[in-house]
Amino acid sequence: MIEVENVHKSFGALEVLKGVTVTVEKGEVLSVIGGSGSGKSTLLTCINGLETIQKGRILVDGTEVHAKTTDLNKLRRHLGIVFQQFNAFPHLTVMENVTLAPRKVLGMGKTEARDIAVQQLENVGLGDKLDVYPGRLSGGQQQRMAIARALAMSPDYMLLDEVTSALDPQLVGEVLDTLKMLADKGMTMIVVTHEMKFARQVSDRVAYFHKGILAEIGPPEQIFDAPQNAETKTFLSSVG
Amino acid sequence: MLETDLSLNDMMFLARGAGVTLLITAISVAGGTLLGIIFGVARMNLGRVVSGLLAVILDVFRSVPLLIQLILANAFQAIAGLGLQPFTTACVVLALYTAALCSEIVRGAIGAVPTTTRRASRSLGMTWTQDMTYVVWPMALRVGLPSWIGLVLSVLKDSALVFWLGIIELLRSSQILITRLQEPMTILLIAGAIYFIISFPIARLGGHLERKWREND
Repeated sequence: MIEVENVHKSFGALEVLKGVTVTVEKGEVLSVIGGSGSGKSTLLTCINGLETIQKGRILVDGTEVHAKTTDLNKLRRHLGIVFQQFNAFPHLTVMENVTLAPRKVLGMGKTEARDIAVQQLENVGLGDKLDVYPGRLSGGQQQRMAIARALAMSPDYMLLDEVTSALDPQLVGEVLDTLKMLADKGMTMIVVTHEMKFARQVSDRVAYFHKGILAEIGPPEQIFDAPQNAETKTFLSSVG
Repeated sequence: MLETDLSLNDMMFLARGAGVTLLITAISVAGGTLLGIIFGVARMNLGRVVSGLLAVILDVFRSVPLLIQLILANAFQAIAGLGLQPFTTACVVLALYTAALCSEIVRGAIGAVPTTTRRASRSLGMTWTQDMTYVVWPMALRVGLPSWIGLVLSVLKDSALVFWLGIIELLRSSQILITRLQEPMTILLIAGAIYFIISFPIARLGGHLERKWREND
């Protein structure tokens, strides 16, 4: 379970999260929507401790992320994150990209790591690209590799930060299909996204962020068909 | 062909000079690169004050002409009674000079690794050291190598200045021969050719690695 309690986060004078509270249960898919600068991406990087917070606390399975005693490297094994930029390691093959962390972080043997990588890469449809360098892959393929790379660590949670925003429109579908497959398998996910149709299909709940505040949260039917908040209505009508 | 009084012994004398040049360059580049990496990484990770102080010290080595550094260092070590051989003094000064230039290359190369890539590797649970070893170092190497090769070649040539400390390296050996034989053209042509023969493989190695790495992109 991920518990976000009254989290405040500022970059200098700019406060991007103004007291956000939300809980994500095991097995749940939460989509986070909202305009740019609403703080939705920052929330993800706060959850895995890439960003510090000024106030409040975040618990991942009871472990306080920003406590001084928390071993972030250890905690992050449970939190897979995929970013808008694909962030492939360009000097490593697809296979090496995926096996690097399992081998170095989890101390897995070569064969075991390879088996897991092959399985994950086949799941995302890259079974024929094992020895290719990321520079030769399309954006969609690189992003699916990044998803496989995160999954190879067998995380309990997946945090997805606008993973289709940097893709050409015709490549968005293949990545969303991968995410749908993950959701069907029962992966707990927080998905920051601009894909409203996708959010409606896969989410258990949808959260609308507005200017650093969680303005509205509820089942997709409520958010998309009968939003309670005036800001949610305005936003949804603007994105069509 | 040019008529010459150069004997086999004279050629051996030049070759020994070239050997000294190579040795000084190798020691300075090895020590200087190691220090340069340490200083470069330190400057990116230590606090503003320490990093700023280090930057000023390194700037001194980068800005003061090497000749002045060599002569001053040799004088200071004599005054301080360190009793260092000129060869040792020359290697230390050249290594520090190399380190100062190398630390800037290292800083630039590490800075060229996208922050987002580093965030991705840390997000996979890798420690700072693992991130530096498996992700940052190989990526930075590709960026910094051409400049580093340039640095090695310039240190090779700059090492000629150590003859001011009485060390007989390649350039000094040629000078001695010129004084004796009065054949400046021939001897300088040969010395120049030796510098080229030493430099050429280093430059080619750089080009080879760059091409090999580019194939993956």
